[in-house]
Amino acid sequence: MRVYVLRRLAQSALTLLGVSILVFVILRVLPGNPARMLLPEGAPESAVEELNRQLGLREPLLVQYGLFLRSVVRGDFGQSFQYRAPALTVVLERLPATIHLSLVAMLFTVGVGVSLGILAAVRRGTRYDVAGMILAVLGQSLPNFWLGIMLILFFGVALRWLPTSGFSGWTSLILPGITLAAFPTALVARLTRSSMLEILHRDYIRTGRAKGLAERRVVLHHALRNAAIPVLTVLGLQIGALLGGAVITESVFAWPGMGKLIVDAIFFRDFPVVQTVLILSATVFVAINLIVDLLYTVIDPRIRYS
Amino acid sequence: MTDGPLDLPPAPWPGRRHLTMAIGSVLLGLVVVASALAPALTAYDPLKPSFAQRLAPPWGFGGTAAHVLGTDNLGRDILARLLHGGRASLALAVSAVVIAAVVGVVVGLLASWGGEGTDAVIMRVADVQLAFPVIMLAIALVAVIGTNPVALVGVLALSGWVLYARTVRAHVLTIRRLEFIEAAHALGATDLRLVLRHVLPNTVAPILVIGSSQFATMVLLESGLSFLGMGIQAPQPSWGLMLSEGRDYLSNAWWLATAPGVMISLVVLGANLLGDGLRDLLDPHLG
Repeated sequence: MRVYVLRRLAQSALTLLGVSILVFVILRVLPGNPARMLLPEGAPESAVEELNRQLGLREPLLVQYGLFLRSVVRGDFGQSFQYRAPALTVVLERLPATIHLSLVAMLFTVGVGVSLGILAAVRRGTRYDVAGMILAVLGQSLPNFWLGIMLILFFGVALRWLPTSGFSGWTSLILPGITLAAFPTALVARLTRSSMLEILHRDYIRTGRAKGLAERRVVLHHALRNAAIPVLTVLGLQIGALLGGAVITESVFAWPGMGKLIVDAIFFRDFPVVQTVLILSATVFVAINLIVDLLYTVIDPRIRYS
Repeated sequence: MTDGPLDLPPAPWPGRRHLTMAIGSVLLGLVVVASALAPALTAYDPLKPSFAQRLAPPWGFGGTAAHVLGTDNLGRDILARLLHGGRASLALAVSAVVIAAVVGVVVGLLASWGGEGTDAVIMRVADVQLAFPVIMLAIALVAVIGTNPVALVGVLALSGWVLYARTVRAHVLTIRRLEFIEAAHALGATDLRLVLRHVLPNTVAPILVIGSSQFATMVLLESGLSFLGMGIQAPQPSWGLMLSEGRDYLSNAWWLATAPGVMISLVVLGANLLGDGLRDLLDPHLG
């Protein structure tokens, strides 16, 4: 167990190192003149020279990467010239809005997705099953930017029930939350269904029924607990997808989070902010998946890594 | 005791997988054919503004049959823009899927056949790439290398290779222990021959399944990029871009944003259904 934890930690550290290399390649190696790119347009030649010297851009690539890694580890991601503040501060200020939105979407995904999946599995072949799975296929096929716009059109423009942009109280979370949750909810519903179907014909379920347990207890206690394991893996992976989905959802609803920030930053060519968002979201993703992997051993005592 | 599904009702519709595949192929086929035949199907120029015809509603909603789906804010025929836009979107998505598949399969074979060191390196690289949300990586790359079609295909393909590499690798690791591989090896077949003649053909089914559902992902990603203004650039028609332009007219011209979304959904739905059907048909264990 301890060996497994250590190996998993080392693996995550290695992945993060790779993340820094990839970001370095994209933002420092691919553009011909990174200093020009990292500075606002029309910056004087002296500023370019200054940044070249500061970032060591005249040095060999390996030295440049060393300098880059050192500043990133120190939490120095450069200055955002759009906001005239350290890029990390700018990004961290936007992080809570994205976390709120992702939490709402996650709650919706787990609540609606898992219930829909259980219902479809238990009532297999009935119209509940068919309706649930049609909803799930639709949820996976409607592009979230379009779904968001249609929700705005319907609930915002036509019915005027809900706010459609920015942040003004908890009702502001409903439409973007649903938009962001649609895809993972559909995925979780389908996965819960197939996972439950597989478990529901195991011997121990039959035993449970045979000894007279209430169906409710058999389904929710004995079956769901075991069916939850693959669902949990996917939920962990979906957190990364939520961060990606937030890019588009936040742009549609003018939500003041990290996703809208990176889109705006790209249009302003504010690359220090772009690089911060990239590194931060990859780190969050790696950390969450590490936690999920370690959680397995708690949820499923059969899993014992040597 | 077998572990057969004794206490379950029989599967809902026996012909379901064929039905799903048929519906998927028809949806996808319709959009592909209509886009391919765009110049023959519509007489309107998708680029030329016609200010006298601005924001004409669709036929049946107060518009005329001259512009079945209405016109946009510059008076351009929406149907014409949809069909012409489809050509670009579909071509980009197909090229990206093919490139991603070729690269992914080669890398997957290398990982599974090239020794432990190669395998470890390739799988770590895959981990690194998967740590980024696809769209974030894509917009950062597009911002640096530009939005020309070649760059777009490259970015899309880059986002897709990992899936093939991982699947092929997992598949080969199982196949290579099977007896027919051992037999071929004992008969003196070289590694290259083993891989090309005996291993590769056995990975075709999962690759087809992934390719078909990945086509859906690519169409979504491309239209997502265009929606954000980082894909196909105006005035070229593109579904994502049309959606984003239509956003400003939600209160007085709902059809601008509605029509392109329906097109994207049809393609994605079609490709997803086709992929699901193929998976059930070719490899029930793919999950």
